[in-house]
Amino acid sequence: MRFKDVFSIIGPSMIGPSSSHTAGAVRLGRTARRILGCLPEQADIVIYGSFAATYQGHGTDLAITAGLLDYDTDDMRIKDAAVLAEEAGLKVKFHTSSLPVAHPNTVKIMVRNGEREESVTGCSIGGGNIEIVSVNHFDIKFTAGYPTLLIFHKDRPGLIADITDIVKQAGANIGYMEVDRKSRKGDVLTVIESDEAITSALICRMEQIPDIQRVCLIDLTSKEGMP
Amino acid sequence: MRFSSLNELVALCTQESVTIGKLMVQEQAQETGKTEQEIVEQMASYYQVMKEAVSKGLSENTKSRSGLTGGDAQRVQSFRMNHVPSLGDKASKALAYALAVSEVNASMGRIIATPTAGSCGIIPGVFVSAQETFGWEDEQLVYGLFTAGAIGYVIANNSFISGAEGGCQAEVGSAIGMAAGALTELRGGTPEQTVHAVGLALKNSLGLICDPVGGLVEIPCIVRNGFGAVTAQAVSDMALAGVRSVIPSDEVIHVMLDVGTAMPEKHRETAKGGLAQTPTGRKIMKELYGNKDQPARNRGNGK
Repeated sequence: MRFKDVFSIIGPSMIGPSSSHTAGAVRLGRTARRILGCLPEQADIVIYGSFAATYQGHGTDLAITAGLLDYDTDDMRIKDAAVLAEEAGLKVKFHTSSLPVAHPNTVKIMVRNGEREESVTGCSIGGGNIEIVSVNHFDIKFTAGYPTLLIFHKDRPGLIADITDIVKQAGANIGYMEVDRKSRKGDVLTVIESDEAITSALICRMEQIPDIQRVCLIDLTSKEGMP
Repeated sequence: MRFSSLNELVALCTQESVTIGKLMVQEQAQETGKTEQEIVEQMASYYQVMKEAVSKGLSENTKSRSGLTGGDAQRVQSFRMNHVPSLGDKASKALAYALAVSEVNASMGRIIATPTAGSCGIIPGVFVSAQETFGWEDEQLVYGLFTAGAIGYVIANNSFISGAEGGCQAEVGSAIGMAAGALTELRGGTPEQTVHAVGLALKNSLGLICDPVGGLVEIPCIVRNGFGAVTAQAVSDMALAGVRSVIPSDEVIHVMLDVGTAMPEKHRETAKGGLAQTPTGRKIMKELYGNKDQPARNRGNGK
């Protein structure tokens, strides 16, 4: 079954005009914001395909900016996101690209705050649903539809077992998991989607595992920093 | 969910002596592990958003960002207040309300995708006007949304609900079927009558292409939402009168799948055909996007 529940038919609550060009775009921006973990000072955004062709009419630019401000899909401030971003000290630049992409609604978002820089590429696949396809040049896929952990770490034997052990101890169930490494003994990104909410205690414990560099929680159903 | 066809849905409701709306609340609770109360509260908050959208579309400026649309709901509302509408008072009200919500959507207002943003006017147009006509409490309408959701769930999983996949029949057509069925159950129709309404409605929109001018959810989407709300009311009257869909509704849903699959790409939300490629449609697109190629709009898989 492609559609699993009643709220995938009636819903989401959203600011128009398009579930994929607007609501999905908000979620893409918001995911990038959550990966950075704070309001970016600067965002460089490249939009491709149909996003690039119709972004003005659909407010896709405003929607992505609103996501970077951590707004939800039905936040009335989406319309004023450009002005509100400027007031908040977020500089946003949009670029369109005619390079071919796998999905017509694709965006690459580069966000920066101080020394920190993150790069997130994702697509809006319909009905406000999204799929992230790359984070900081790691090829991983997740939907941000569930509480999702992004764990940046070193490649070391047994480390995945250490990670899943902590999830197990917390009584959470892993619904989906993906691992991508840049090289042997190099940098790794592990993505875990959980059926249950992730607590800050779980994240703290995970961060104490040797060779784990950073643990990032993406839960678009809750406010930032409130697992 | 324990059902995947409308036939199975009717059988379950008959066996357990519940309405489709009530059954859907139970199924959703089972599926998500949430309580029925939490689920009903979420839907109730959605219904409030729909009512607010109707009221905003009738009173506030709804000019879209492209500048192509806005104000039609208020034109219809004003006309029906000052003239005798040929549709009669109730259907003309549903027409105005549906246009209002679709114009709120086009002007970046808040709506509920039902099942998509492109078809978001039909269910609120029918529901909010029916509430005023029949004097129902909000709670009844909220259960009606579960009825609509159950119907949409079957359509979405056996056919499609996105214009990119199946044309406008999949969006506006599905929304009319959902609204017509829900209205039938709300007015005391049996599960059988409710499901006949779905088949009757879908038959009327088979083959409808998705040809938005400039790729935007405006022309002809907004007026089709208005027509859709009126059609859903006609369907509900027929179903309650005992008119049956001789071709069973599940079979009609499969016809929609067949027709949509055979539909050329230019008629599936790409703005490469239909109204979008008329001389005026092309001129509008040029004004919007300059000399760039037409937008290859595609909302992809899903809704």
